Amino acid sequence: MTSYADYATGEPVADTKAPSGPIDERWDKRRFEAKLVNPANRRKHTVIVVGTGLAGGSAGATLAEQGYHVVQFCYQDSPRRAHSIAAQGGINAAKNYRNDGDSIHRLFYDTVKGGDFRARESNVHRLAQISVEIIDQCVAQGVPFAREYGGLLDTRSFGGVQVSRTFYARGQTGQQLLLGAYQALSRQIAAGNVEMHPRTEMLDLIVVDGRARGIVARDLVTGRIDTYFADAVVLASGGYGNVFYLSTNAMNSNATAVWRAHRRGAYFANPCFTQIHPTCIPRTGDHQSKLTLMSESLRNDGRIWVPRAKGDTRPPNEIPEDERDYYLERIYPSFGNLVPRDIASRAAKNVCDEGRGVGPGGQGVYLDFADAIRRMSRKAVEAKYGNLFDMYQRITDEDPYEVPMRIYPAVHYTMGGLWVDYDLQTTVPGLFAIGEANFSDHGANRLGASALMQGLADGYFVLPATINDYLARNPHHDEVSDEHPVVQEVLAETQDRLNLLLSVDGDRTPDSFHREVGELMWEFCGMARTDSGLRKALERIPQIREEFWRRIKVPGSGEEFNQSLEKANRVVDYLELAELMCLDALHRSESCGGHFREESQTPDGEAARKDEEFGYAAAWEFTGTGEAPVLHKEDLVFEYVHPTQRSYA
Amino acid sequence: MKLTLRVWRQKNADADGTMSTYEVDGISPDMSFLEMLDTLNEELILRGEDPVAFDHDCREGICGACSLVINGDAHGPERTTTCQLHMRSFKDGDTIDVEPWRASAFPVIKDLVVDRSAFDRIIQAGGYITAPTGAAPEAHATPVPKPDADFAFEHAECIGCGACVAACPNGAAMLFTSAKINHLNVLPQGAPERETRVLDMVERMDEEGFGGCTLAGECATACPKGIPLMSITQMNKEWLRATRRVGKR
Repeated sequence: MTSYADYATGEPVADTKAPSGPIDERWDKRRFEAKLVNPANRRKHTVIVVGTGLAGGSAGATLAEQGYHVVQFCYQDSPRRAHSIAAQGGINAAKNYRNDGDSIHRLFYDTVKGGDFRARESNVHRLAQISVEIIDQCVAQGVPFAREYGGLLDTRSFGGVQVSRTFYARGQTGQQLLLGAYQALSRQIAAGNVEMHPRTEMLDLIVVDGRARGIVARDLVTGRIDTYFADAVVLASGGYGNVFYLSTNAMNSNATAVWRAHRRGAYFANPCFTQIHPTCIPRTGDHQSKLTLMSESLRNDGRIWVPRAKGDTRPPNEIPEDERDYYLERIYPSFGNLVPRDIASRAAKNVCDEGRGVGPGGQGVYLDFADAIRRMSRKAVEAKYGNLFDMYQRITDEDPYEVPMRIYPAVHYTMGGLWVDYDLQTTVPGLFAIGEANFSDHGANRLGASALMQGLADGYFVLPATINDYLARNPHHDEVSDEHPVVQEVLAETQDRLNLLLSVDGDRTPDSFHREVGELMWEFCGMARTDSGLRKALERIPQIREEFWRRIKVPGSGEEFNQSLEKANRVVDYLELAELMCLDALHRSESCGGHFREESQTPDGEAARKDEEFGYAAAWEFTGTGEAPVLHKEDLVFEYVHPTQRSYA
Repeated sequence: MKLTLRVWRQKNADADGTMSTYEVDGISPDMSFLEMLDTLNEELILRGEDPVAFDHDCREGICGACSLVINGDAHGPERTTTCQLHMRSFKDGDTIDVEPWRASAFPVIKDLVVDRSAFDRIIQAGGYITAPTGAAPEAHATPVPKPDADFAFEHAECIGCGACVAACPNGAAMLFTSAKINHLNVLPQGAPERETRVLDMVERMDEEGFGGCTLAGECATACPKGIPLMSITQMNKEWLRATRRVGKR
């Protein structure tokens, strides 16, 4: 019997599509070397795209414009609702409109360093190059970016970088960029080039003769399970942050598409790289269903503190100055409240663990604007943060002009995902992963305003260029139909899984299991991780899984609109993915970016990387539920940005 | 808090619906309205009953999925989305009616879930700027006056939730349609398709079975994003201008 922490180490995995030569010529070189599909032949190729967020929406529209037949899916009732829509801050681009010393190379450098040297240089450089084209593209589509009085685009600095390269549309940049992609997609739907299936969820991947050839999907309205075939499959299904139950993700965001692809042979890379955002509104009780982010720009003027004494229950305004601990200013005197996301998050956890947290359950710290109001006037604070203060007040019923805000960190983004090569192709030929669903560009930590950039770079520009090469080199496929034995098998497995969920008729709801595994992950695989904690989680997860299949209760049938069944099926996958995340976190006994192992820190509490030992991306191969997976390492080589240790003290 | 809920239950599009009564207890004022419904659903599942189906996703007021008529008001008593409505807006002992959007162009799928795909088809008719990927000029090649950019943004904020249709006594989709037309028509990038856009989108809107506009103004009152009623007037101006320039469809 295998132990819960076992894994085998296999052959290294190499990015065979990565071009060589000077880094700023690699993308050109790859595009030139890629074979093209004759425009007249493109309509003969069908491409499946799963998801309609920034990556999927932009990819579907662009592939259809090129002449491919696109069949696209989303679980929402409309492709306009994907969770990219909730991104607030902005999108980075190396336009250097401010003439402040920005360049493609600087954006490249900042992103590699910000990712704590766990991303591929070639990919990140390409991302920085494409960033400038994205802004042009979005403006042409009518995205209403903020503008100055002269009519030119406004930018701001974001996430601690020293240049002003973030383009934005008030606090709704994600919404506006997504609607741009959705509108481009709508044009292609009307033209008959995209066959759109809303309210349809991918439940499995069909791999025939070693190639991705289609998916199994369920119509969420009728419950009908159907197969869809194609020459290539693109997963743009987003991240897996909802494994933690509480996160800033949408309620229905899930990991099923990527996890099912993983089970069918796609390696899963760096699953333990998750980002915890420091400024979210704390939970108010067990009923809490999701968490809401407050823009991190608030840390520019707010001061973070907790009471000096444990269990101090006085209202904040009655706690005198000398009984307050402005702990970030105390521990990090030069950066103070503006330390990076991961550091601010961990410090908040530490003071709450000491019993000095505030608000219900002691899971919160104060973000106080009293000094800012005194210094700048209430009116100035209102002009700068008014909409955020209103949002806070609506949710908490507290007036942040009068009493300090309460904030607490929350899961926000996952840097890990399906392993892809430079072409964004997974280890299953013909299966591509784009946007948050892949692992490639952010390393161990994503910088603010870079998620939108990557989603659109992948969808508008990278995938449409690289998928040509795959389709050109594999032009003729045998027809696949429902009669194919492989398809029969996948269909039967899907149907059996749903039938089993419906037939257990136990005494626990899907949500109760989701909450249980989420709390476990938050405790042991959240902001700070330890060898013993991860081992505890790895021991516990298989037990929860076993209990799940004994006690799950899903009412209704599979042949109808059944949200409990949808949820239960997603939880099945969380219960496997959680295990791989813990194993990855356990094996990586270094700290880097969002992955903090308490055993590996510098004397001032900063993440201590071990580049010699862990300078690789960890790509995991699935071998069976509860079986020891196989680790394939991809060595990371840094030719242009040389690894250094971060310090903020 | 203890509340009585009267909820619209309808098995599927073809079935008849009815209001069913449920008691919920232990409701915290800090819960969102949807978290209150989560609580009810957890109980229903454990009792072996069918939980109440409702659309929801981001739960931060931006995706536009949630769509409940609460005590007769689209999105309930506050000017926000249902997911951002909190139980502190209600009193202990209240009876609350919960219904789906009611409009002939939004058929009920199940319980509180409706089919809003008519909105997608209105966008498909012309709610875009034709700008194939890669064909874009440099972003600063065309400056946009700030008032125009702000006007575009104000209308682009629409989340496509459908509250405007649900609130309208005629079931009209004028506010939704006008918001997209005004967003794109004011921008220089949107100018080449300015006439066809308004003519095609309005034509599609009519074909989808939405009602006519009598400027009752309920739409703008219900809109969680504050799209102004003037948006409709502006669309009508655009439509008249277009019919003069290229003729009616």
